[in-house]
Amino acid sequence: MLKILKYSFYDLMRSRWSYVYFFFYLILGFVLLFLNNDVSKAIITIMNIILVLTPLIGTIFGVMYYYDSREFTELLLAQPLKRSTIFMGQYFGVAISLALSLVLGLGIPFAAYGLFQSSEIWNFSSLLVTGAFLTFIFVALSYNLALSYENKIKGFGFAILMWLFFAVIYDGIFLILMMSFNDYPLDKMALIGSSLNPIDLSRILIILKLDISALLGYTGAVFKNFFGTMSGMVTSFGLLVAWVVFPIWRIVGKSRKKDF
Amino acid sequence: MKKYLSIISLMVFTLAVSAKQIVVCSSCSVKSIQKAIDLSTKGDEILIKEGIYKEHDLVITKQISIKGENHPTIDGELLGTVFSIKTDSFLMSGLKIINVGHSYTKDFAAVLVSKSKDFTISDMILEKVFFGFLIEKSKKGIIENNFVSSENTDEAGAGNGIHMWHCFDMTVRNNEVHNMRDGIYFEFVKRTVIYDNHSYHNIRYGLHFMFSNNNEYYRNKFENNGAGVAVMFSKFIKMRDNKFILNWGTASYGLLLKEIYDAEIHNNTFSDNTIGINIEGSTRINYSHNTFKSNGWAIKVRGACYKNNFSENNFIQNAFDIAYNSKLNGNRFDKNYWTEYTGYDLDKDGVGDIPYRPVKLFSYVVNQTPETIVLLRSLFVDIINFSEKISPVFTPDDLMDNAPSMFMIE
Repeated sequence: MLKILKYSFYDLMRSRWSYVYFFFYLILGFVLLFLNNDVSKAIITIMNIILVLTPLIGTIFGVMYYYDSREFTELLLAQPLKRSTIFMGQYFGVAISLALSLVLGLGIPFAAYGLFQSSEIWNFSSLLVTGAFLTFIFVALSYNLALSYENKIKGFGFAILMWLFFAVIYDGIFLILMMSFNDYPLDKMALIGSSLNPIDLSRILIILKLDISALLGYTGAVFKNFFGTMSGMVTSFGLLVAWVVFPIWRIVGKSRKKDF
Repeated sequence: MKKYLSIISLMVFTLAVSAKQIVVCSSCSVKSIQKAIDLSTKGDEILIKEGIYKEHDLVITKQISIKGENHPTIDGELLGTVFSIKTDSFLMSGLKIINVGHSYTKDFAAVLVSKSKDFTISDMILEKVFFGFLIEKSKKGIIENNFVSSENTDEAGAGNGIHMWHCFDMTVRNNEVHNMRDGIYFEFVKRTVIYDNHSYHNIRYGLHFMFSNNNEYYRNKFENNGAGVAVMFSKFIKMRDNKFILNWGTASYGLLLKEIYDAEIHNNTFSDNTIGINIEGSTRINYSHNTFKSNGWAIKVRGACYKNNFSENNFIQNAFDIAYNSKLNGNRFDKNYWTEYTGYDLDKDGVGDIPYRPVKLFSYVVNQTPETIVLLRSLFVDIINFSEKISPVFTPDDLMDNAPSMFMIE
């Protein structure tokens, strides 16, 4: 598996997309810090970008890579290799290279602007960790979709739709639900609803870290009591891990049965 | 000659009387403060040397001055009020009072002043007190350079730091109050100036006043209080150059205004509060040159507010600049600086060419359903805010700043 992972990783490197992605974050980080020298403010801006962009790029890359390396996959399938090894290797190759581009691309400018002397280091690292998680989750989800649809257009379409659903539509439905059940106590519902969507969950984890938590205090300590405590942190990271593990498990299952 | 003699002898006599100093210390002839008070007559000075004096219920009805050397400690042993003063023109300074009695029925205080005038209390250190200074029906007093603190945890069992009731023409300056119920509490206090005080970590309010007209508050710092600062039912107050910082919690405000009329709120700083200013039923108030930075809500306007004027304020990085849930009612926003403003200034006169709408749709939604706050900063919320900005449907369409400043206001 490691060998396939390595090949996938190098393949992405050679196709230069990893570099493009890496330099994009690098330039973004430097520009943001150049425009306002305040590390904590730049983190809030970056949060917005990470929450929208990492899932989108993860989705597109996942689908694209799967369809693009189809011939290579077929070649590998002809070898005496376990199917799960092949697909896991490819998946981790893509996900790790994307996550690495993100972490290094943003990490370098912030480190250069004195992150290590700043008290924001924990906020920043939690931002990068959730960003990496989102990459792993959305690459896995898009791999699932690509495995399910032979038709590239369909696969792409559904992948983009999936991203749109998690990034925008889910929140819309959630908001409408909350507004229509206005008369009922909504604390629990808000809590559950926001932890079921990985993007929402990451957003809340970062907001709580960035101490905009003052706001959440208003509607009830429920959020802070849940996400702010150790058990809440463990639960929410557990959910993020589950969001990675479940799609991976499905990739393995699906690839085993799939007729190539 | 005889007449002169009698005058001179009278003068000598009075001088001798007024200059009398009674020294209290463990090795002096006068060992207790109570005894010194008993011995003293009008105009005397009691000097308390360093040491620990376990005394309480010291009643002063004579015009004397009490001074401490190196802050002698007066330990009330949790039994009751330490000093009760009912006299004019007294002076008290340099004492340390600890362990004032706690009670749910009586207001025990470190220093209780009633029906007095022209007095000064300064350089006192009050620790583990129930009420710190409790001043009632008094006027023209000065309370300065004191430290008041306690170790309270629950609201019901705690007292206020500087508590005034029915007072006039007082001066409260340069005091530091923390861990009390309300740091500074005024009820029916008029024509009083409060400045350079620092009130923090109080269980309820840093400053709390009601029915207190014509007062001035300036250069005070209210920090990290349970519910911030609450001011109610008062007219003609001036608040300027104060700082309201870090008041966070489910019902915390930098400043809560309720039934306030004709006030000036100028050049204050509100930063990192859940709500910067919460306004309810307040009319004819001028807010100018204030800075609102990193608050959850910079200003929350509830009902029944008329003719408030918000001009030349800075709104910097607040999650919501304004929350507003009624008609415009003659409230005006003018020439403010908003970090969220995205307009342009083609004629380069420093004023944005298109008006700014400070109320976002999401702020309206959160007003209706507070739990929707979980969606703060999500992409969907940005989209609906944007569409509302282009064509306002839910937010009051006349609520806008017609001349938003392009630059931060000094």
